[in-house]
Amino acid sequence: MSLAAVESAPRKRSRIIVRALRKRFADIARREEVVAIDGIDLVIADDEFLTILGPSGCGKTTLLNIVAGFERPTNGELMLDGVAIRGPGPDRGVVFQEYALFPWLTVEQNIEFGLRERRIPKRERFARVQRLIASVGLGGSERRYPQELSGGMRQRVALARVLVNDPKILLMDEPFAALDAQTRTLMQQELLRMWSAERRTALFITHNIEEALLLGDRVVVMTARPGRIKATVVVDLPRPRDVTSPGFNAMRREIAALLEDEVQAAFAGGEP
Amino acid sequence: MIAACRNAAPRLIGPIIALLIWHLASTHGWVDARFVPAPLTVLHTLREWIFGTAPGMPYSGTWFAHAASSAYRVFGGFLIAAVIGIAIGSLIGWFRLFSDLLDPIIQMLRPIPITAWVPFAVIFFGIRDASALFLIALGAFFPIVVNTAAGVAGTPRLLVRAARMLGIRRHMLLPRVVLPSAMPFIFTGLRLGIGLAWVLVIVAEMLAVKSGLGFAMWDAYYFLRMDVIIAAMLSVGVLGFISDLAIRLLGAWVLRWSRGL
Repeated sequence: MSLAAVESAPRKRSRIIVRALRKRFADIARREEVVAIDGIDLVIADDEFLTILGPSGCGKTTLLNIVAGFERPTNGELMLDGVAIRGPGPDRGVVFQEYALFPWLTVEQNIEFGLRERRIPKRERFARVQRLIASVGLGGSERRYPQELSGGMRQRVALARVLVNDPKILLMDEPFAALDAQTRTLMQQELLRMWSAERRTALFITHNIEEALLLGDRVVVMTARPGRIKATVVVDLPRPRDVTSPGFNAMRREIAALLEDEVQAAFAGGEP
Repeated sequence: MIAACRNAAPRLIGPIIALLIWHLASTHGWVDARFVPAPLTVLHTLREWIFGTAPGMPYSGTWFAHAASSAYRVFGGFLIAAVIGIAIGSLIGWFRLFSDLLDPIIQMLRPIPITAWVPFAVIFFGIRDASALFLIALGAFFPIVVNTAAGVAGTPRLLVRAARMLGIRRHMLLPRVVLPSAMPFIFTGLRLGIGLAWVLVIVAEMLAVKSGLGFAMWDAYYFLRMDVIIAAMLSVGVLGFISDLAIRLLGAWVLRWSRGL
């Protein structure tokens, strides 16, 4: 276990580089400028699973939205495999907390959406969709609509929908926060299983300490608004991780201490 | 089936009593039977109007011709309104420029009763089908355009982001994401539109053309054939109900993904 002030050196080729990122926006309701992110430097290595942990309103979703290309940074540099990020694209698969499935499309059509819009030939589309349906365990539900599925099933569809595009990085914004505890644990295991098999780079946002430690190779702890990186913790516990082991609990306490001040700051800072 | 009948039975009592009172009123002279003919008289007239073969009788066997004229105008006008309404509504809902440009005009014209346009329709299109089509299309256009614009503008930002993230080309957003997402609103507009189309076809035919159920009604009024008027009213009611049902069924099929939503 080691605790680095800014970040530890990535072991491999870096996939995402974020340099001196700042994001300001105008809070119209309160008639003031808000600094959501104030100077973030971050490197995500190829095949690394990075989790970002922070109190609500700390700008972690803004950070993900900027990496996804949904929002533009006010200042700073942002690169994916050495190329500046401009706008969203299928090389960065986003899994949203609210699923964001197309309700008028079936499970199969939702998964096929990206391939179809990118004019991948029908035969190849079919093969890739079938493979993904099998790998996320959605067999038998191909023709159902999102309304007819449970939260866990919907999030599987959302995951399959981005994995079918073979993205360079998976961006997940509290994807399991709306699920019940059992489903959540199950989905975490599924995600880890798929991630171990493919070793795909992942950026995972959460406000849950246990989830951050269970999934991440490193955990980035953010400060309350304006969002900065408070600490980066390398999680060197062997996988699969046992959330009840002494080592895990020691790290949980360490991170809880780091986070406590920030949660109080966020609370005092007057979330409306 | 039996349960359905049992549920329907109490709902039939009201209409049956109403019919009975109507019948008694006109057969017992509570009202002037020339002005309010009895239900059975109306039924007889309707049968004669639809199936009659008596030569020289002006209302014998002409129902289909009138009904077909009215239906043609309703669907023609409605179709024009649907195509233009959905197209313009999409532009207004999706592009700020069109919203700024067109929305004030539409909001200004919308409260004007369609009947106020009759003189213009007659001057520009004459006493012909085009007049009726214009009035019906104009009337049905407003609910369709307003609802489409609302539905399109209300497309969840999250779905647009998801589609962009999945690699959709910008110009495909409207057909692939925005319109499907707006479909429930569009169908609400279409249902309001078809209802208005049947109201307006009668107005248009009374004033601006010389055929159709509305014309038959107005013509019958000159001869004080109140039985024919009531028969025409019944016909419009049934045809209006059927076309609304058709739109509803189409909507249920298109929106099958939203079952139980």
